[in-house]
Amino acid sequence: MFTEALAKPSENRVVLAHIYTATVAICVGALFGVIQAFSRANAIVVPAWFDYYRMLTAHGVLMALVFTTFFITGLSEFVVYRTIARPQRKLTTAWLAWWLMFVGTGIAAVTILSGNATVLYTFYAPLKAAPSFYIGATLLVIGTWVVAYNIFENAFYFRRTTAGTPLPLPVYMAAATFLMWIIATLGVVAEMALLIPWSFGWTSGINVMLTRMFFWYFGHPLVYFWIMGAYIIWYSIVPTRYGGNVFSDGLARLTFLMLLVLSTPVGIHHEFMEPGINSAWKLLHMVMTYGVAIPSFLTAFAIFASFELAAIKAGRKGFIQTVRFLPWNDPFFSGAGYGMLLFILGGFGGLINASYSMDTMVHNTIWIVGHFHVTVGGPVALTFIGATYWLIPRLTGRELWGRSIALWQTRLWFIGMLVMSLSMHYAGLLGVPRRTASVEYAGATLAQSWEPSMLLAAAGGGILFISVCMFATVAIGTLFKNEKTHDTMADFAVPAPQSDPTPPILQHLFRWSVVALVLAFLAYTGPFIELFHSHAYLAPGMRTW
Amino acid sequence: MHIHRYERWWMIFGLFILLAFMSTVFIAAIADNFNPPSGDQTIDPTKVSSTPPFDHPGLRQKPDGNYEAYYVSQIFMFSPAKITVPVGRSVTFFVTSADVVHGFEIAETDVNIMAIPGWVNEATHRFSKPGTYLLVCNEYCGIGHQNMYGTIEVK
Repeated sequence: MFTEALAKPSENRVVLAHIYTATVAICVGALFGVIQAFSRANAIVVPAWFDYYRMLTAHGVLMALVFTTFFITGLSEFVVYRTIARPQRKLTTAWLAWWLMFVGTGIAAVTILSGNATVLYTFYAPLKAAPSFYIGATLLVIGTWVVAYNIFENAFYFRRTTAGTPLPLPVYMAAATFLMWIIATLGVVAEMALLIPWSFGWTSGINVMLTRMFFWYFGHPLVYFWIMGAYIIWYSIVPTRYGGNVFSDGLARLTFLMLLVLSTPVGIHHEFMEPGINSAWKLLHMVMTYGVAIPSFLTAFAIFASFELAAIKAGRKGFIQTVRFLPWNDPFFSGAGYGMLLFILGGFGGLINASYSMDTMVHNTIWIVGHFHVTVGGPVALTFIGATYWLIPRLTGRELWGRSIALWQTRLWFIGMLVMSLSMHYAGLLGVPRRTASVEYAGATLAQSWEPSMLLAAAGGGILFISVCMFATVAIGTLFKNEKTHDTMADFAVPAPQSDPTPPILQHLFRWSVVALVLAFLAYTGPFIELFHSHAYLAPGMRTW
Repeated sequence: MHIHRYERWWMIFGLFILLAFMSTVFIAAIADNFNPPSGDQTIDPTKVSSTPPFDHPGLRQKPDGNYEAYYVSQIFMFSPAKITVPVGRSVTFFVTSADVVHGFEIAETDVNIMAIPGWVNEATHRFSKPGTYLLVCNEYCGIGHQNMYGTIEVK
């Protein structure tokens, strides 16, 4: 384990700004979420001012786009600051990034809450939001590019001043994550370049399939952006909680390299059920999607191997002793550990969704909603919450207040998410559609049989909401209690001393991102050309809410 | 880079799972022609109500005894709202949208496709069991999305 550059208050403040924004986003987003779960199950009657779809838009944007993005950008800056010592680090661009993201989020949030962008977080054209929604979202993305610049600039500084020493593992992972992110966000920025002038009324129509293809070019790597954020924590921070090591430095880097290269050329698996895309392209994207499952298989092995090696070192053996050896009473480990368990469900569900014709059974049913709650809402969110408990003392110098509340919060989240998402998966197989304010259909017989699973999902949502309230309590309590802590150093896990050196071929991230671009180009050029060749009609924008 | 023996076994196991999934899908796609929809007809979304055959949406019998159903999805209804199909016949659904994106899901069947303005999508299903099937819109389309449904009576 290496410890790092000393904590600097100025650096801590900019990271904290990200982590606090993420925390507020998840708490507000969860409030909307639980009301939706109950009203959809017909368990409560919501007041008329509660516009289901407006709040659903806010829930999706706050959770999937704001919470995750602010946390990952904050975490990445944190690992860079704590592994690369730099006497005078300029934080101007770091603050510029946060302000861009924050102002963008604020503009989009006001637009959504005022009812001018009830387009859900996928903003599928020709639903037409007010221009400020698209502009706010674009600012958020541009802010993340500035974060990416910061990370690369620090990585170059490290290479320059250490005569080409390999990047510290957490920095390598953050850099791979943001290289992937830049390639991916080119898609959404291209989409915005179509949507913004159209929403101002400067263009009269929009090519719907083109915007969808741009969206999913970005939309699936977005998922990997979340996952990579969680993997940074699983590989390089979690092992320090049980005295473990990175199982293999080379394989950890290989995992991130594969995610960088393979995350983008897979997006059409979200468009299996759409016209205008040839089956051959859909099959190709399915195969690539299977490919991007490989780094997750590697990660599953690496993590369990790290657990077991640490247990053996401590004189334990066998499965049960290894499980008992792990620090389940540590809120951080508990969050990350239960998150890993949820990811087993999420991973296999993902393979089903990606399986081409099999997707017919689950496409746009509430199964899909169950799936992303057991991925981004499970492993990712729970790991981030756990890591927040670890980050707060290290960023504020304050002892975490309410440790046992924090611990039970992670356990409740696990239970709530299991109950909610398993009910949603099951309901999806029965045919329950997603994204509806209710599932009554004028009392149709089939729809009546859906009610029990909707109620169970709402119960899970209720447990999750209690869990979020506990998270908010701990965060606020820590702010007010203000007890000094000595836990201000951030340890990062390193490989076991006897492990092999990492092959140099894994070090050249920029060269590998060229490979990633080439693959994205190969996977998408054909489908785009097809769209341009077919006689596409433009659709006028509409406000149907 | 040395790769631990167990890890190699695990990688082989993982690759085996992926290959097994993949070959199942490929066999179904090639041998049984089981592919997701990929309709390639386009249509002017602003003129759906005057473009045949969508100017008269509904069910038509083909010379071979099977059926074609032309559906227009628009906020917040399907036209036709209800069709009646004899049991055991296959129906090919041609679906388009007159406004925003809609979903076209017939619960308890494998018909589950997107209705995109500007395009005609299609799916075929043989109704082998009699009953009342529920057709729902499963893509958010606006304030009345939850009220957008239809009925398929199979007798």
